[in-house]
Amino acid sequence: MHDKNLREVAEHLDSRSISSEELTRLFLQRIDTHDAALNSMITVCAESAIQQAQVADKAIAEAGGTLSVNKPLLGVPIVHKDIFCTKGVKTSCGSRMLDNFVSPYDATVVEKLADAGTVMLGKANMDEFAMGSSNENSYFGAVGNPWDQNRVPGGSSGGSAAAVAARFCPAATGTDTGGSIRQPAAFCGLTGIKPTYGRISRYGMIAFASSLDQAGPMARSAEDCAIMLESMAGFDPRDSTSVDRPVENYRQQLVDAEQPNALQGLRIGLPEEYFAEGLDPAIATAVESAVKELEALGAVVKSVSLPNQHLCVPAYYVVAPAECSSNLSRFDGVRFGHRCESPVDLEDLYKRSRGEGFGREVKRRILIGTYALSAGYYDAYYLKAQKVRQLISDDFQQAFSEVDVIAGPATPTTAFEKNSKTDDPVSMYLNDLYTISANLAGLPSISLPCALADGLPVGLQLTANYFDESRLLKTAHSFQLQTDWHTQCPPDYV
Amino acid sequence: MASENSSPSSTGTSATANAQSGAWEVVIGLEIHAQLATSSKIFSAASTAFGAEPNTQACAVDLGLPGVLPVLNREAVRMAVCFALATDAEIGRRSVFARKNYFYPDLPKGYQISQMALPIVGRGKVEIVLEDGQKKSIGLTRAHLEEDAGKSLHDEFNDMTGIDLNRAGTPLLEIVSEPDLRSAAEAVAYARKIHALVRYIGICDGNMQEGSFRCDANVSLRRWGQQELGTRTEVKNVNSFRFLERAIEFEIERQADVLESGQAVIQETRLYDADRDETRSMRSKEEANDYRYFPDPDLLPVEIDDEYIESLRAGLPELPDARAQRYREDYALSDYDAGVLTSDRATADYFEAVVTDGRVSPKLANNWLAGEVFARLNRDNLELADSPVDASALAGLLIRIEDNTISGKIAKQLLDDMWAGKGSADDLIEAGGLRQITDTGALESMIDAVIEENPGQVAEYRAGKDKLLGFFVGKAMKASQGKANPAQLNELLRQKLKP
Repeated sequence: MHDKNLREVAEHLDSRSISSEELTRLFLQRIDTHDAALNSMITVCAESAIQQAQVADKAIAEAGGTLSVNKPLLGVPIVHKDIFCTKGVKTSCGSRMLDNFVSPYDATVVEKLADAGTVMLGKANMDEFAMGSSNENSYFGAVGNPWDQNRVPGGSSGGSAAAVAARFCPAATGTDTGGSIRQPAAFCGLTGIKPTYGRISRYGMIAFASSLDQAGPMARSAEDCAIMLESMAGFDPRDSTSVDRPVENYRQQLVDAEQPNALQGLRIGLPEEYFAEGLDPAIATAVESAVKELEALGAVVKSVSLPNQHLCVPAYYVVAPAECSSNLSRFDGVRFGHRCESPVDLEDLYKRSRGEGFGREVKRRILIGTYALSAGYYDAYYLKAQKVRQLISDDFQQAFSEVDVIAGPATPTTAFEKNSKTDDPVSMYLNDLYTISANLAGLPSISLPCALADGLPVGLQLTANYFDESRLLKTAHSFQLQTDWHTQCPPDYV
Repeated sequence: MASENSSPSSTGTSATANAQSGAWEVVIGLEIHAQLATSSKIFSAASTAFGAEPNTQACAVDLGLPGVLPVLNREAVRMAVCFALATDAEIGRRSVFARKNYFYPDLPKGYQISQMALPIVGRGKVEIVLEDGQKKSIGLTRAHLEEDAGKSLHDEFNDMTGIDLNRAGTPLLEIVSEPDLRSAAEAVAYARKIHALVRYIGICDGNMQEGSFRCDANVSLRRWGQQELGTRTEVKNVNSFRFLERAIEFEIERQADVLESGQAVIQETRLYDADRDETRSMRSKEEANDYRYFPDPDLLPVEIDDEYIESLRAGLPELPDARAQRYREDYALSDYDAGVLTSDRATADYFEAVVTDGRVSPKLANNWLAGEVFARLNRDNLELADSPVDASALAGLLIRIEDNTISGKIAKQLLDDMWAGKGSADDLIEAGGLRQITDTGALESMIDAVIEENPGQVAEYRAGKDKLLGFFVGKAMKASQGKANPAQLNELLRQKLKP
């Protein structure tokens, strides 16, 4: 049962061939058995999960099922990235700073998924404050990649990715500021979508870089992501940047589109700039053959250009740290979170609480961001980066005048070995080469498995225009109906 | 910094400024923080009511908990736009909130949400009246929306500081003037003008004790005729008009002393200590924060269109200057009287309610409101809104003066009784038999009795000692128990005493 994807689990719950409680106990058992080695979870909520499952079972019994009442997530156990505030449950954000923080409220995403009937198994490990591409920046320790324990699962949603890949749950939530859903999805052989900026409320999601952060689902298939996204998305009056626009029936659209030539007429663009220096040839080959598969389904492929692609990483590493330097100011040891022992005065309280509470990468980005916003440097860094951001958005709009979807690799390499990049931040940052632009432009983007290279998953990334999530999901779903890369299980977790 | 308004206008610099500063021209600009009278905070749904138990009016957003987000209060925007309309100011059609970053324990997020490059209110102006009666236009540089911080409580806790975040997130409109003010008196006149205006349009309760209206003064001196501004100091958080005047005067003298001894004024923030009547250095420019302003990514720009502006303009009350002009024209009141009555909306409304049906003359209403009623309010430390005698009750009293039922003197006694809640003017007149004696026959018999009782004085008067008329009036009035109509009494006495 643990190898079933979300849709299959939902069908079993619907037919009551398994109860939510049985399922929950099964997954808790798997976490208990396997996670000591993997370290994908920061907090496991066994007791409350079982209670939630019992409540779900009662609701299923009363409703006579789940699917007929359009509650496909009723009784489905999931895991939340520990960046989402969960009422009464520790919300650490992967940091020592919040090791003692129990949130007094639920994030909108948590609330919506609870309302949909999901069972929360626990909170997933992550890079501290979502800053990282390897999950090695967690105060709670690095996470193993289920495909190879010695390799990283990617980051920052590395715990969520590892937990889904290791079959601890059929789906998890993640957040994506520069690729934090898509890159770990690619490294762990999952499907993960970062929706349009504003599609999902950020309320209760601990901010890293507010103008880039966006939540999204991580699961084993596009269809599973569609089910999750439908519950997560929607306008939230508590988030001024969330968009007041109806949520589409993503999953129904997938089902409606199931036909042999599903992608007939779909125009796919391949940016010349993606297939250049830095891209692992094995990945280039895998992506090219995946694109051929899409062509076989009726898509038309053409070359496009994103001339400012080379500016994505530099612009991102000004904008994101600048916003983070301000967003993380509230962690000062005064009202919540870590406070140093016996401060002698206010300055000592600030310096030691923050010095002890934050890890190296977080401090590095706070310093970079503070510098970029300083008097005399603002125009040269922050303002210029914002202008570059506009150029990048313009490049995409130009490309979308010719194509419907932009395809390319999600990452330049497959999952790398632990500790191989920790001393070289720039090489770590370059791992987000292909994912960052969608955040800078606010576009929806999905990563889905399209190959195994040397036994490691390869991710295909598809990006579409604003609020065109359903096109991404349809394209990915059509691909997944023809291929089985998304059903591959890490050998140790079969 | 200098604007078209900043050079001394034709009305000139007041004499007091010259006296205060000798060889130096005083240049002052004010920053006023007006707390907007919204019921909830600028970015959260928590209440803004004053005086609650510490931290009971601070929600997750005000506490700056991880993950929370600000949502702009529409009322704050409406009030800022009303202020722009009332000061003939430009309205920022697209204004942007920015983060002002600094660490302080009562600033929960580590940044204050304010506005920097694109404020909601741009250049405007107000007119003040100088001591010599001349008018002067004072330029407004801008006004922007921002959130207030909490409060640090240093005294209540041993070796510790308490933080009360009830005030955190309270909406403020920071109103920045051009450096157009040339004396402490001008600064106070300007501050009073803004104070009256924000209360008039109902966007601020103006309560200075509770900190709803706070002034910071930027003060500098320069040699007469010098174009560039001198180094300024900023005097912070002065919470009364009297303190504002004294703080500025102290600062002018201090800077003049510094400059005359050949030293330079240091650019710094100074705090006014009312107990010692002096300003003290708080922090210098070198210690100043780099606030690292940048647009707040959690909030969208505020877009304001014509339709919205026109709907607010239509709902705006008549403003003090227009109202004063109407009082001069329609009620023939002096500049001074019209100015006093219209300086406060409640006063003007009260006044108009008294004169509304035309039975009380504007002059009489003004004299009684500005004189008798205000004297009693001051004595009892009451606001006009809490006056025991409301406008219709006062009108009831004044109508009886107008129709000669009672004299002014009796009316003053009646006002005291009405103040004490003893009844309406008519009830008291009836019960006390205070109706003025206007019956000529009754008055004549009283006068006859007085003449009869004082033959000596009558002889002296008739011999030409006119001053004695007052003596007879007094006697007769006393005989009438004050109820004689004074004009009538005078006239009758003159006739009867004719030689």
